[in-house]
Amino acid sequence: MYSFEPNEEQQMLIDAVGKYAENDLRASAHDNEENKELPKKLINKGWEIGLLQASIPESYGGFGERSAVTNVLALEEMAYGDLAGALAVLTPSLFAMPILLAGSEEQKKNYLPKIVAGEWSPYTSALIELSFDFDPNALKTTATIVEDKIKLDGAKSFVPYAKEAQEILVYANLNGVTQGFIVPKDSAGLSISEEREKVMGLNALPMYKVELNDVKIPLANRLGGASGHDFELIFASMRIASASAALGVAKSSFDYAVNYAKEREAFGVKIAQKQAVAFMLADMRTELEAMRLLTWEAAWKMDNHKEDLCSSAYLAHTGAVDMVMMVTDRALQIYGGHGYIRENPVELLMRNGRGFAMMLGLAIV
Amino acid sequence: MTIEFETPKPIANQQVMLKTVAENMMRSISREFDENEHTIPWSYVEFMHMAMKAAGGGGGLTVTEKPKEGDEKRPPLGYQKLASQIEMLSWGDLGMYLMTPGGGLGAAAVAAAGSAEQKEKFLERFNSDVPTYAAMCMTEPGAGSDTSSIRTRAVLDEKTKEWVINGEKIFVTGGDKSFTHYEKLGKGFIVVWASIDPTAGRAGMRAFVVESGTAGVKINKLEKKMGIRVSDTAAISLVDVRVPFENMLGSHNVEKDNKGFRGAMATFDATRPLVAASGLGVARAAFEFLKEKLEENGVKIRYGLPRQKLSNIEREVIDMEIMLKSAWLMTLKAVWMADNKKSNVLEASMSKVKAGDVATRLTQKAVELLGPLGYSRELLLEKWMRDARITDIYEGTGQINRLVVARQILGYSGSELR
Repeated sequence: MYSFEPNEEQQMLIDAVGKYAENDLRASAHDNEENKELPKKLINKGWEIGLLQASIPESYGGFGERSAVTNVLALEEMAYGDLAGALAVLTPSLFAMPILLAGSEEQKKNYLPKIVAGEWSPYTSALIELSFDFDPNALKTTATIVEDKIKLDGAKSFVPYAKEAQEILVYANLNGVTQGFIVPKDSAGLSISEEREKVMGLNALPMYKVELNDVKIPLANRLGGASGHDFELIFASMRIASASAALGVAKSSFDYAVNYAKEREAFGVKIAQKQAVAFMLADMRTELEAMRLLTWEAAWKMDNHKEDLCSSAYLAHTGAVDMVMMVTDRALQIYGGHGYIRENPVELLMRNGRGFAMMLGLAIV
Repeated sequence: MTIEFETPKPIANQQVMLKTVAENMMRSISREFDENEHTIPWSYVEFMHMAMKAAGGGGGLTVTEKPKEGDEKRPPLGYQKLASQIEMLSWGDLGMYLMTPGGGLGAAAVAAAGSAEQKEKFLERFNSDVPTYAAMCMTEPGAGSDTSSIRTRAVLDEKTKEWVINGEKIFVTGGDKSFTHYEKLGKGFIVVWASIDPTAGRAGMRAFVVESGTAGVKINKLEKKMGIRVSDTAAISLVDVRVPFENMLGSHNVEKDNKGFRGAMATFDATRPLVAASGLGVARAAFEFLKEKLEENGVKIRYGLPRQKLSNIEREVIDMEIMLKSAWLMTLKAVWMADNKKSNVLEASMSKVKAGDVATRLTQKAVELLGPLGYSRELLLEKWMRDARITDIYEGTGQINRLVVARQILGYSGSELR
């Protein structure tokens, strides 16, 4: 059957997340960006909604069952508030979700209960590498099996909350295949940059460089245990998540643009009454809808174990990257000169929107 | 409700059968009827009529599924099935799909704006043993998208209680087969839009059923077109055409509202996603053909690589697939809403905007990417590009639909956003 409407439970969740996104994240997005920080109180409030907790089964300390579709709906809603805030609230997912999806029983028992039990705590993961052809399926960070240890070497970038994190899930290239490795913070050879990463957007989100020089971890710390795991599933989930967050950012700038165009007057009418502006809005809305459905479908394929999940996730993500750039850029254009002023929200949304092309792995559903 | 993307069984089954039809009854003769404009592909017409009758479709591509008693739990699928049929037939040949026997837009207007008696009287014929057509006459030389400015007039002759219609109509899809007498066809009709009160603007617009063979109606010419050549597009003049009083659809009182006009517009709301579906059928044909040819020539599309690592041709193909798949989902959503009695004005127009764009751009790009193979009339790709171009024009141009979308999202009326 085809069907295109969230169920009751999902709608309740959307409403709850939506309230937080609107009242807390969206209201403070500008100040957080300028101050380059996210108040812990704000993050905790988002954490208490329990998005990750609801994905973890009771047997591992959570209270639900993971649904990619539900998580996609929630993530769009949260990213609508503010991308940096949403990514911060969901940073522990970067560590917990891969364990849920691909971890060994021991890893699940070990980590999931303590992550979801208490307050938000910064478990994180490191995927991105600072090179133009960054490709999660061809990482430059290497993993080598040396006797009963795994040796990790390389450099990671844009790792959220690395400094505060107790454990980092590091992705590395093991004989040509991407695998995750749980690296404790106190491992010898692991160093985290003193300074935060400086990027075009997302300035409220603390991100760090992570270097691995001859870091040795036990074989058991390989995600999925000694025999490893299938990275494709995690990668698909990352792509779907990135697409969902892009929808939220795009919708936020679209809404700002609609409201502004209905307020702003030129030549005696509201600018929204000019076809030149109205048509831009129509195209923005149409593309948003197109990519939303593509993303929903990919998430549904994930939940239903469809064979073509990976290519669906890839197409949804690739399409969403273009869509969010187009929508956020046009919103800025509709604001005219005011769009270029940082007091108005659309320039930040555009800077954040550009990030989706390379910021893979900062969210997972 | 829920979010689901599983193709319903009845649709999946139907598509398998229709694909055979598309390949064997349509593709096989596509080129012949493109090169010989204004000839009628009787094999397709007669086969489709027979097949649709046998399937209980009552002749014609319409929403056939009526809710059965004790069957409330099964979700309605009528429009979703129809959109899927249209997509597959257009994948076969868009022009020929338009020639599928049945009431088409003419019958749709009767169904949308007619009384119970009128529906019985005018629609029964499509169940007969011979293929029968109906067409809608809206566009005039001076009025295309701006349908409210049509100049065709209908005046009531109080003595005979007949409507007397004068005017000129163009771009009537299937106008010839609906009006002209053909031995192999049943008696059809055209639905003519005219004003009964020019001072009333849209409120004065009404639709009239004009039976095949009515005196004063003349098919002036069949247009020679860039594509969809197998489908006839008629220019029709009406000089003192007399039709019975009861052939007018809707109320004869000119109330100060737009009911009659809204009837026409309601027809468009229902048909826009269907036109989107037909455009996407051609687009899919072009896309699959492109991929097949690339593969034959050793070009592999490496899905999963970051953009920086893809070749230009890979990027183009991947972008095409994104366009095509997302536009189809939008179309499905619009018809799903129609099936579930949800207002879909926004979604119907968005699907048409998107599909019109996709059909046009994808086919043009495919021709470019295949170079001389794309341009050669020995293959069908160039024809699909010509055929597809109409989908961003008829049933509301991309621009008109953008206006509809914009008004919906801004909450503006037609006078606030012109």
